[in-house]
Amino acid sequence: MTLTFNTLVAVSLVYVALLFAVAFAAERGARRGRDRWLRSPLVYTLSLSIYCTAWTFYGAVGYAARSGLEFLTIYLGPSLVMIGWWWTLRRLVRIGRAQRITSIADLLSARFGKSGPIGAIVTLMAVAGITPYIALQLQSISLSFAAFAQGMAGGRMAEDAGLVAIWTAAGLALFTVLFGTRNLDPSERHHGIVMAIAVEAVVKLVALLAVGVFVVWGLAGGVAATLERIDASPVPLWQGEGARWAGLILLSAAAFVTLPRMFHVMVVENEDDRQLAVASWAFPLYVLAMSLFVVPIAVMGLDRLPAGSNPDLFVLTLPLAEGEVALSLLSFLGGFSSATSMVIVATIALSTMVSNHIVAPLFLRGRPAEQSSRDLRRVVLLSRRLSVAGVLALGYLYFRWTGTGAALSAIGLIAFAGVAQILPAMVGGLVWRGATARGAGAGLLVGAAVWAWTLFLPSFGALPPEVHAAGPWGLDWLRPHALFGLEGMDPLLHSVLWSLALNTLVFLGVSLVTFPSPVERLQGEAFVNIFDSAVAPRAVGRGGGEAEELLVIAGRVLGQDAALDFFRREAEAQGQSGHLPDVTPAFVAALERQLAGSVGSAAAHAIVSQVAKGATVTVEDLMAVAGEAQRIMDYSARLEAKSAELERTARALREALGKLTRLAEQKDAFLSRISHELRTPMTAIRSFSAILREEGLRPEEVRRFAAIVEGEAERLTQLLDELLDLSIPAAGAHPARPARGAAVRCHRPGPGGGRGGAVRPPAGPARSGCRGDPGLHGSRPSGTGVHQPGLQRAQVLRRTGSGAAHRGASAGNRDCRGFHRQRARNSGRRARSGLRILRPPALCAGAGGARWGGAGPGHLPRGDGKAGRIRDLSARHGRGGLSRGAAAEACPGGRIACVVNGISTIFLPA
Amino acid sequence: MARRGRPPFLDRRRYRRTRLRDAACLLPVLGAALLLVPLLWPASGQGTPPSNAGALLYLFGVWAGPILAAGILSRLLRSGGQPEDAPEDGL
Repeated sequence: MTLTFNTLVAVSLVYVALLFAVAFAAERGARRGRDRWLRSPLVYTLSLSIYCTAWTFYGAVGYAARSGLEFLTIYLGPSLVMIGWWWTLRRLVRIGRAQRITSIADLLSARFGKSGPIGAIVTLMAVAGITPYIALQLQSISLSFAAFAQGMAGGRMAEDAGLVAIWTAAGLALFTVLFGTRNLDPSERHHGIVMAIAVEAVVKLVALLAVGVFVVWGLAGGVAATLERIDASPVPLWQGEGARWAGLILLSAAAFVTLPRMFHVMVVENEDDRQLAVASWAFPLYVLAMSLFVVPIAVMGLDRLPAGSNPDLFVLTLPLAEGEVALSLLSFLGGFSSATSMVIVATIALSTMVSNHIVAPLFLRGRPAEQSSRDLRRVVLLSRRLSVAGVLALGYLYFRWTGTGAALSAIGLIAFAGVAQILPAMVGGLVWRGATARGAGAGLLVGAAVWAWTLFLPSFGALPPEVHAAGPWGLDWLRPHALFGLEGMDPLLHSVLWSLALNTLVFLGVSLVTFPSPVERLQGEAFVNIFDSAVAPRAVGRGGGEAEELLVIAGRVLGQDAALDFFRREAEAQGQSGHLPDVTPAFVAALERQLAGSVGSAAAHAIVSQVAKGATVTVEDLMAVAGEAQRIMDYSARLEAKSAELERTARALREALGKLTRLAEQKDAFLSRISHELRTPMTAIRSFSAILREEGLRPEEVRRFAAIVEGEAERLTQLLDELLDLSIPAAGAHPARPARGAAVRCHRPGPGGGRGGAVRPPAGPARSGCRGDPGLHGSRPSGTGVHQPGLQRAQVLRRTGSGAAHRGASAGNRDCRGFHRQRARNSGRRARSGLRILRPPALCAGAGGARWGGAGPGHLPRGDGKAGRIRDLSARHGRGGLSRGAAAEACPGGRIACVVNGISTIFLPA
Repeated sequence: MARRGRPPFLDRRRYRRTRLRDAACLLPVLGAALLLVPLLWPASGQGTPPSNAGALLYLFGVWAGPILAAGILSRLLRSGGQPEDAPEDGL
């Protein structure tokens, strides 16, 4: 059978059509719910095999032919990671499910407070790192076409590797756009793609094993003979490169978890821990099987093929040279599968990252939310399709730029070193709560810069030779392959060492000195303590988990106690014990109504339907909603506090108004009494004036009557004077209380014209103080130095009672009866002791004031016994009557205002 | 790792499961140690390095061994199921 170039193209196209069919069938099955086996651990393990790209299929043999056993490092690192899944990947996968992570950029962005810049940095680094990797695949496909084309009747394409590469890239872009970016699935799971990859995984394994079996048993003649040939090989398998051995195992392990496509199939497409448990041994077994025949093929190829053949193509050219056309075709398909599956998944992963972390944030900037949410979907889909094409175009450009000379493994290792820069921030973020966004960003940027300078840029000759020789601007410590003077090292190891060391150092250092934002701290807690989280989805039995998730979310919205009560009530209504009811439609509806009371019906529906449908919703997703509810609750609490304060103020105002009203009433009553009092002397004056006008009065009668009129007029004037005085303190013109000393001294006649000179304050009260007859024992009332409105009123009353200061005694002296008795006993004049106690009417309206108003001064009996006793008392106790000290002693809290006519006037504060 | 609220004594079944987890955690360490043995081999020309076939068989052997152990462990861990009562240890 002869193989033409067109046959080869036709076989490729049929194979691609088969993949399309598989992908379509899987997607249709998934839509109809027949996706059980799509989720099986076997399919998951096979999808992980996109780790084995054309680099493995073709490049491993080439690697082994050049460097011996070192090719194994690329598979040993990932094997160790998978075997230690309980330690490493379980946490990663759990977080990926709990946080609904869509890519590795999303993981870091989510961990560091949903940071936009971190996502963008990781995306750019991933694009830069994966570009050489995609170029590697395109190179391997064009190499394989070229290998077939040698000595074959072919078209123009066979001669031009670039043309093959560009058509391959175009076809891959079409497939990826069709299946990878057809819809925006919130879970970012692509059943069609995963299934196609699984099929490709089988094809490449079978192809490589077939070639291996052919080589070992067909060409070498059995296992023992093969081992003999290997022993006899001139290339030593162990070349003593210890540092590279350890370093590459580490590097491949790091790249295994940070490569965007590996992260996509391992974390994003993961369904449960069971898949991981099986893959923990099945994936290492797969890569072991892929590597099993690499050394025999390499040894046999070096043995049997002409010197100078490209060892990267031994897998293809060995069967071809032996005339096994069918086997070589199978081998070609295996290589094709390896390359295409990697490119498809890598471009999906990268396009998701580009659209989510670069295009969408730029699009959303400065747009109103309603408008953008409608357009966003369209924009994201478009940007994904464009970035698929863009990533493939970049890979093609890199491929054209580097030419086809470089070994496949060398290109792949550049990509590995690039994506490994994500590792420090990723591991730090998963295990250390102190990792901050600034630290991660700084570490990533430093690592990426060092990697680009020492490995990436030199890889495609972007740096001129003099920079390599003497460093940029003559700074020889910046030479790309001898950074900080570290010379003589393998360039790859040199780059990995410096970039990862500086990356880690900067990440840790900056994290230590910066302070994370609240969202960062919250996310850090959720990531680091993922296994303690109550809302972590469970591998088996989602029923309980749903109720628990609903409870947690309801607790955030309603408050923990209210939510627990509600759930317990519902559980009781369902006839269950405990606080977790079954998630029945009735219960969901009731809960939704309950939540709607707090956050509104739309939000409640969104919350409940998301959780109850079984989508993995984390608390963090709903933090925004719950946080808003919390803010509303805070706001209403503040409003409540304010309204309570207003109510208190209103109550105080009402009380003040009542007081004022009472005061006004009292004032009215007082004025009416006063006018009554004024009338009494006026009546006398009018009567005697009328008598005086009559004829035939005797002169002494006229004198007497005139004297009466004069006396009454004087009383009237006095009364008016005092009223005038009264009005001043009542208007609040001076302090209500005089000094104690002044009040006591006031009864002494002042030096000038009988005025109480010592009286304080001097203004109003001084005018009335001690005016008229200063004699304390006279029958006529004398002015006193009272300074209190209440006391002045008392004085007025006393005067209107014709000089007998008796009335108030009956009103106020009750308080001091004890004092009366005490003084009486002390002095031996029981019946003569007298004390008058007044309260200001405004302050004791209920007692003295009522009495005052009720009795009416005019009706009080004149000259009752008390007046006499008072005079006697004052006579016995000197001019001032009772001593101030004695009175104060008797009435604690009371204050003697003045003592007039033997009456001690004591002011009791209210 | 001792934690708050953990009983000092577990029943035999759960004790076994805890030790299984320890084994699962130790396995990659053992694998890494075995895979780093080639660092002790002298380079060609500086003594007697192991033969090509010997080196190849050793490496595939220390690769297959942990895979086998991981297969057994993962089966045992799965048949034990996820313990609902005890919080899972991250380490």
